[in-house]
Amino acid sequence: MICFNWIQQFTSLMKIDMILTAHTSAPDFELFATPDKKVKLSSFRGKKVILSFYPADWSPVCSDQLAVYNETLKYFQAAGAQLLGISVDSKWSHRAFSEDRHLHFPLLADFEPKGAVAKQYGVYDEQRGAAQRALFVIDEKGIIQWSYLSPNDVNPGADGILEALDTLNNVNC
Amino acid sequence: MAHLKIPVTKNDHAIGNPSSGRILVEYGDYQCSHCGVAFPLIRKLLRQHGDDICFVFRNFPLQESHPAAVIAALAAEAAALQGKFWYMHDELYENQAELSADNILGYAAALQLDMPKFSHDWQSQQLLERVEKDLEGGLRSGVNGTPTFFLNGERYDDYDETYQSLAMLMEA
Repeated sequence: MICFNWIQQFTSLMKIDMILTAHTSAPDFELFATPDKKVKLSSFRGKKVILSFYPADWSPVCSDQLAVYNETLKYFQAAGAQLLGISVDSKWSHRAFSEDRHLHFPLLADFEPKGAVAKQYGVYDEQRGAAQRALFVIDEKGIIQWSYLSPNDVNPGADGILEALDTLNNVNC
Repeated sequence: MAHLKIPVTKNDHAIGNPSSGRILVEYGDYQCSHCGVAFPLIRKLLRQHGDDICFVFRNFPLQESHPAAVIAALAAEAAALQGKFWYMHDELYENQAELSADNILGYAAALQLDMPKFSHDWQSQQLLERVEKDLEGGLRSGVNGTPTFFLNGERYDDYDETYQSLAMLMEA
């Protein structure tokens, strides 16, 4: 506990946010998913949710990562999970990016106040002014069951998410 | 470090020396330009070190990005049923900018495949399931784009589109 307090003090002094970890309640939020429609995290209660924070639309690593998730949707759906992508890009950028890449899952605009949701989840990069590349698997009750922070230039793939969903679903793999 | 979750078996498409103790698995997409860059490099690796390596190709078609990726993967699998997987694999990569159903039928004819059988297999549910199984196995193994390589079951992240980065595998 002492050690934990020390880390908390250190990180708050250094202004380093820590990624929210398993067994933490997922902070609720409401963000634009399309130019005229907002999505609220708590509206997915009763379903698993995968939050994929990423630095920017159009950048090479993000595009590869989201292209892979686009092909993984079938397996996410089979595991009872909804994927939501989140970055600080605007809803208009998201719309163009999503149409260009034929993405079949919502991209949420953490645009105003910039990065507010990423900050709540402890995955905002102040220096770059963008979300870090981070993944969360949230259970039906809104509790984070798995989280992962990837280096910005590394595409984390889908294996960690699929494993976390299997664990939640008690699937032997 | 990501690990290959689906072990290499006799059902895989393999070339080179299976007893070499060095198994290189590629998850690839026939319409992916980066896989197109890797194709001649792998061919060179096999030409130079074919006795000391076994190369396995598995399908990872990103169909939303590459509309012809799945029909190409199915064509190679259909050719495999006639013993010509690698001929079709090479043909597809050599012509990757022009992949279409018509052109693929032309490659099959040029390879002197039994065309009625090819056309039937190319559209079969069984082969589609095989391609999807490859894709799912890749996703679960940490394939995060194409091409992704695994050497003896460990993901190899140092490939940088140069021959040197592949040749380094021979020193591992």
